[in-house]
Amino acid sequence: MSRHRDRTAGWAVVDLVVVVCALIPVVWIAALSFKAPSTISDGRFWPTTWTWSNYAGIFKNDDFVRGLINSIGIGVISTLIAIVIGTMAAYAVARLEFPGKSLVLGISLLIAMFPQISLVTPLFQIERGLGLFNTWPGLILPYITFALPLTIYTLSTFFREIPWDLEKAAKMDGATPFQAFRLVIAPLAAPGVVTTAILAFILCWNDFLFSISLTSSSAARTAPATISFFSGSSQFEDPAGSIAAAAIVITIPIVLFVLLFQRRIVSGLTSGAVKG
Amino acid sequence: MAEIVLDGVTKRYPDGTTAVSELDLKIADKEFIILVGPSGCGKSTTLNMIAGLEDISAGELTIGGARMNEKAPRDRDIAMVFQSYALYPHMTVAENIAFPLRLAKVGKAESKRKVQEAAHLLDIEQFLDRRPAHLSGGQRQRVAMGRAIVRDPKAFLMDEPLSNLDAKLRVQMRTMISRLQKHLGTTTVYVTHDQTEAMTLGDRIVLMRKGVVQQMGPPEELYEHPHNLFVAGFIGSPSMNFLNADVTSDGLQTVLGPIPVSDRMRRALEANNAPAQVIVGIRPEAFGDARLVRERRPEGHDLTFTGHVDVLESLGAEKFAYIDLGSSGAIESEHLAEAFQGNVTDQSRSQLIARLDPMSRARRGENIELDYDPDAIDLFEPETGVNLSERV
Repeated sequence: MSRHRDRTAGWAVVDLVVVVCALIPVVWIAALSFKAPSTISDGRFWPTTWTWSNYAGIFKNDDFVRGLINSIGIGVISTLIAIVIGTMAAYAVARLEFPGKSLVLGISLLIAMFPQISLVTPLFQIERGLGLFNTWPGLILPYITFALPLTIYTLSTFFREIPWDLEKAAKMDGATPFQAFRLVIAPLAAPGVVTTAILAFILCWNDFLFSISLTSSSAARTAPATISFFSGSSQFEDPAGSIAAAAIVITIPIVLFVLLFQRRIVSGLTSGAVKG
Repeated sequence: MAEIVLDGVTKRYPDGTTAVSELDLKIADKEFIILVGPSGCGKSTTLNMIAGLEDISAGELTIGGARMNEKAPRDRDIAMVFQSYALYPHMTVAENIAFPLRLAKVGKAESKRKVQEAAHLLDIEQFLDRRPAHLSGGQRQRVAMGRAIVRDPKAFLMDEPLSNLDAKLRVQMRTMISRLQKHLGTTTVYVTHDQTEAMTLGDRIVLMRKGVVQQMGPPEELYEHPHNLFVAGFIGSPSMNFLNADVTSDGLQTVLGPIPVSDRMRRALEANNAPAQVIVGIRPEAFGDARLVRERRPEGHDLTFTGHVDVLESLGAEKFAYIDLGSSGAIESEHLAEAFQGNVTDQSRSQLIARLDPMSRARRGENIELDYDPDAIDLFEPETGVNLSERV
């Protein structure tokens, strides 16, 4: 009995350490975001006077609002395209035998593993040449590229779990291959598609590297990159409070998504790992 | 309603294996035909080729006189019941049954009437609003049947529809399927690996092995006149007893003692170049408790032998005695190994199964004198497995 209690206590300590390590930076940023500019560097963790002025300030900043719109627009479009292409590709990978199947999977895995930083310079040159630099499509294209491996891999495990007999049955019941997909397979895969879409959106939403490298103005710059351009109201003012507030603002949607779809995301990331 | 004709239908896979070779089969309108055989015999492949779920490598398939080789499954107008039932989990029972009608663009009212009709026939009216996940195995099976019958197709294809049910339910559903097929009069092709299902359901049985038809005919014909060792071993439960026999001038020398060569056997042996060795096949029901047989027909002149009862199974209406024949009589034959696939038998010892009258006083661990009728014996060629006594 006491051994059992010792073990529980031991795990509780470990859990606490992990949670504290993970949360301290977040709490710190949250605390910073509520500090007035003059007290930013007062050496205290918690603000002495709580203020919403940083939040009010960033939403008065047109660049940040524009950055949020860019982030949402570019993220949603990239996710939609990646999901449509990824669903079809994953279906083919899970269900069909075709020459070059392992090549397709290999290449998409390669892309997922590829160091993105090494692509920045060539992409910069190419996009300038094509006139895509500093435009929405200029960011949407690389986002799709990097969201596709994720969608293909996650969705193909979902598709593999749908019994093939259902599709055969639909065909016997008189469905065309597309009807079988639309009326039987797609509704069953819907939870998986939603989960994958959220993962893909988070991937695009969190990107900083491409956004900072492939944009030059607020025309297409997404929120994370916009934050790095924050300056104080005067040259001598430290923008840390505004940056912290903006960071909290762009984290909130992700936290909400994850809280709402927690179960599904976990099962999406692990599905197929063990035979059920 | 239609006739299904397979003419030299062959299935070859890209890796060179032949799953079905040169299958000729004419399924009459309204006929209930069973494709049966051990796993890997090509029966499901054949069914899938009729369904259109697998391509036909060679030969021709016609349904109702029209060539079907290149037609997609939905253009063949046949319905299929799957072993897994393959019910759509996101639809209710009613939606599942109505699905083929929805695809065929049948009107709402008409569709509703037909679903009601099918549900009534299958006694699943009370489940129409439920989802498949909330149904028992037997209920799901009936929903799958409902989805097949609702659009009145030219033919039903059934792929081991009862194998996921427990034994008692399987017997009930077997009767239901048989009754339903007679009632609807729809041509039906039914695949199973269970010889009992094959014997009880079909108008005709097609017994396959390694992609080749071994014998085709009414159940009684396969039972009484098996073409070869494989058919004899596969059909019948418990299966036929097989014993090695040397052909000598005194008769057939077996572990049961010498069996005098009857006129019928002599003709069979002579017609087949008088082989020196044969395999003797005797059905369990050809045996009887010698004591009872003598009481009933004192003038009988059957053969008898005495054996040691290893196991006795008393089923009430009948008793099965397992007689240990020692290690000498064990038969090694690939034909039989294939027929008994999946049945656990002790390879090193041979035993004989006798079906006895419940009045028999056979006891486990005691000796019993058994009587058997020499006319009930089949003789098989050991190498080819051909039944020598069939055509004499």
